[in-house]
Amino acid sequence: MSETLQNLYLGFSVALTPSVLLYAFVGCVIGTLVGVLPGVGPLAGISLLLPVSFGLDATSAIVLLAGIYYGAMYGGSTTSILMRIPGEAASVMTCIDGYAMTRKGRAGPALAIAAAGSYIAGTFSVVALMLLAPPLASFALRFGPPEYFSLLLLGLLALAYMSGASMLKSLAMAALGLLFGMIGIDPMTGFSRFSYGLVELGDGIGVVPVAVGLFGLSEILLTAGQPAAPEVTKPRLSELLPSREEWRASLWPIGRGTVLGFLIGIIPGSAHIIASFVSYAVERRVSKHPERFGQGAIEGVAGPESANNAATSGAFVPMLALGVPSGPIPAVMIAAMMVHGVSPGPLLISQQPELFWGFIASMYVGNVVLLILNLPLVGVFVNLLRVPYPFLYPGILMFCILGVYAVNGSVVDVGIMTAMGALGYGLRKFDFETAPVVLGLVLAPMMEMSFRQSLSMSSGSYSIFITRPIALVLLMVGLALLLSSIVSFVRKNEDWRQRLGFARRAREKSQLPID
Amino acid sequence: MTTDRFASGVLALFALLVIWESRALPLGTFRQPGPAYIPILLASLLLIFAIFLAAAASRAPSFSSIHWTEWRHALAILASCIFAVAAMERLGYRLTVLLVLGFLLKVVEKRGWGVTIAFALALPFGSFYLFYTLLRVPLPQGPFGL
Repeated sequence: MSETLQNLYLGFSVALTPSVLLYAFVGCVIGTLVGVLPGVGPLAGISLLLPVSFGLDATSAIVLLAGIYYGAMYGGSTTSILMRIPGEAASVMTCIDGYAMTRKGRAGPALAIAAAGSYIAGTFSVVALMLLAPPLASFALRFGPPEYFSLLLLGLLALAYMSGASMLKSLAMAALGLLFGMIGIDPMTGFSRFSYGLVELGDGIGVVPVAVGLFGLSEILLTAGQPAAPEVTKPRLSELLPSREEWRASLWPIGRGTVLGFLIGIIPGSAHIIASFVSYAVERRVSKHPERFGQGAIEGVAGPESANNAATSGAFVPMLALGVPSGPIPAVMIAAMMVHGVSPGPLLISQQPELFWGFIASMYVGNVVLLILNLPLVGVFVNLLRVPYPFLYPGILMFCILGVYAVNGSVVDVGIMTAMGALGYGLRKFDFETAPVVLGLVLAPMMEMSFRQSLSMSSGSYSIFITRPIALVLLMVGLALLLSSIVSFVRKNEDWRQRLGFARRAREKSQLPID
Repeated sequence: MTTDRFASGVLALFALLVIWESRALPLGTFRQPGPAYIPILLASLLLIFAIFLAAAASRAPSFSSIHWTEWRHALAILASCIFAVAAMERLGYRLTVLLVLGFLLKVVEKRGWGVTIAFALALPFGSFYLFYTLLRVPLPQGPFGL
């Protein structure tokens, strides 16, 4: 513990330097804006700012991008509560009871509880991250290629399992993403695969154009043609305080949401989205008055908002300790770290302690900044939404093109973004999840390399994946998830994921008029 | 025809295309996979998933239940992106984005000339100043330094 405190002191000495503090603040502001604006999302936001971070040192760059990530979680709740429009997917559940509270004139307390819950969850989960990441990194030093292959395969299976109601569709998307990851030069033999003579494809398809296309551009394609922006409720600062009963009713949901969110965040998948759904379902299940949910229950705001912030920190655990992305957003952050010559993984903490602990400390700072930003400045952020959508989406499109081009200075990337946007539009129309595509793309080179290295180690014997205990355990867990989904599919009954009403169903529900 | 049946057909075709395109690469052996091994394995998995999806497709909604009400806007936006790909390194960032915004606001959204011109000038020139001049992000310039 004393070593941890010493490291934390080192971290704060880095995080509280003026330049790092500035980038944490800038990241939080941009993240809040990204969270408030529908259609952009933290993934597109981080991708767009990635080129800007190239000129910064590694610590400042990671602090900036992480600030965008957890800032977006804060910002997304603002539009959910005030306008019933989720700024990003993890805020969908907040729409239901948050907007109902606004209709009852309790928008201020809803915003305050969302911000307070996010702050408490964010702070506690950073502590957990600080305590968990170093021992996990030590454990991960025992990982070799077979363990990494098994872990990455488990990650894809877990993502497919958690992504939505149809694991089959999610697995198909994961396979599609892995295939996209095959484009480029084969690292072991030097053969060029599927690049068709294009030099820019020699290194493969970048994650940024794919992510911005599948998430950002596809959202614009789906929502363009909307009517003018809906009416915006703007509470005054004096109306923000919750009552004593509301604080009392929120404490346990915040606690439960924090723990749930952090644990779910560690698991690969769209963690912050799933965390908020699970939290809402748990709160409704444990409540003595479940009939209040959907009518403005404060627990329906406190729990999900805490969960999605805690999941954000949880997602950093495998990213920092293992070098394995738990979802598309950590995948882009890993790409950002590698651009700066930093290799995330078990050796990061020992080789670059100032970066790791500086990052941890900046998250503490970032939580304070967000608490200060989100309440008094809620009116400022919400004014963005008064911009009619016919003006908003061309602006967002411009930023997508700019950001994607700026990564490599290549119009081929803009072309990839366009193709992925069209693909994402089609996939979402046909009820396919797009997150597995991005994760598959990122994991493909690592998985293939680990797989072929494992076979080299074992002289071509596949038993290496079974004879090594850690690899075997990881594969068995993945198999259990797969069998669980198959059983549900064969019996044609709803399993716990369908009953919780994931992603699309919850989003559709939040758009129904509240009586 | 259900949505899943249509989608599974497209996925199956894509999988077969990948397998066909991989024939030019060495497959390797079961114990020593070559560069074509993993792509063919993944394409085969995708094909299997597509077949299972088609088999269970009767539970999916019908193809005609999908609404494409925003298709005109979507097509216009995609056309704008394709134009940006073709033009950006010839015309430069500012001129390209100006034309894209002008097209989307005036032709697609049918806004007035005044607000279209103001918006189409402010955004590309403002963003160019912010990213190129202040943040030193390289962006292409076209004729007359635009």
